[in-house]
Amino acid sequence: MEFLFEIEGANFSVAGNASSTIKRALKQRDVDPAKIKRIVVALFEAEINVVAHADHGTIRVLIEDHQVQMFVKDFGPGIEDVKEAMREGYSTASNSVREMGFGAGMGLPNIKRNADVFEIESIKGLGTNAHIIIYL
Amino acid sequence: MLMNEIIKRIEARPVCGDVCSLRTDDFEFAFASDLMSDVLRLTYEKTMLVTGLCNVQTIRTAEMAEIKLIIICRGKKCDDQMFKIAKECDICLLETNYSVYRVCGELYSYGIKPLY
Repeated sequence: MEFLFEIEGANFSVAGNASSTIKRALKQRDVDPAKIKRIVVALFEAEINVVAHADHGTIRVLIEDHQVQMFVKDFGPGIEDVKEAMREGYSTASNSVREMGFGAGMGLPNIKRNADVFEIESIKGLGTNAHIIIYL
Repeated sequence: MLMNEIIKRIEARPVCGDVCSLRTDDFEFAFASDLMSDVLRLTYEKTMLVTGLCNVQTIRTAEMAEIKLIIICRGKKCDDQMFKIAKECDICLLETNYSVYRVCGELYSYGIKPLY
């Protein structure tokens, strides 16, 4: 089963809709609730990152029998130092993002904590691609 | 014990969901935060969220973290979009004029445990 979402930057009123849709789809497939939580927390953090930092982006989710793959691509400023961005507490978020309860530098570490595989590459000025896999 | 007693103690207004029928046994823990990424780190079930952050992302975060009760503090008012998503996700909402600190103190006195 495949899902594709277009994500609009800075629009927090609909941020999380993609993750919510995936959560419902996983529940319908009777996936273990603990796995669902790991998947949707990782995806939600990634979705929030696109909304918080990028002009726009896409999320593609593949639900397979043995794993869930998430491909998150954004067109934004990119991450200057990915290694530093993986450190808890590191953040470049704006005040408007912080007012929404995010931007404390926990997003990428939270994704890593929940993912079985987390690959991220970023080009400054172009955007960021993330690939997340969680085994079922 | 029914949640009703706690609701009275913190002078809360149930604004979404049938909070009054819930029992304190349904909530072993409480977690207080205005940082939603910290909430997303929680791994325990039966946890209620105490927060002063009052926007749609508070509800979305609770949905992802499997939190079924949010106490919105400091007199903040939920809006219609928050109600809509909370209903869809079966999340109960309480509003109170009390501060987060005061609500946590009351919950602690009722035996609701901290997570850390």
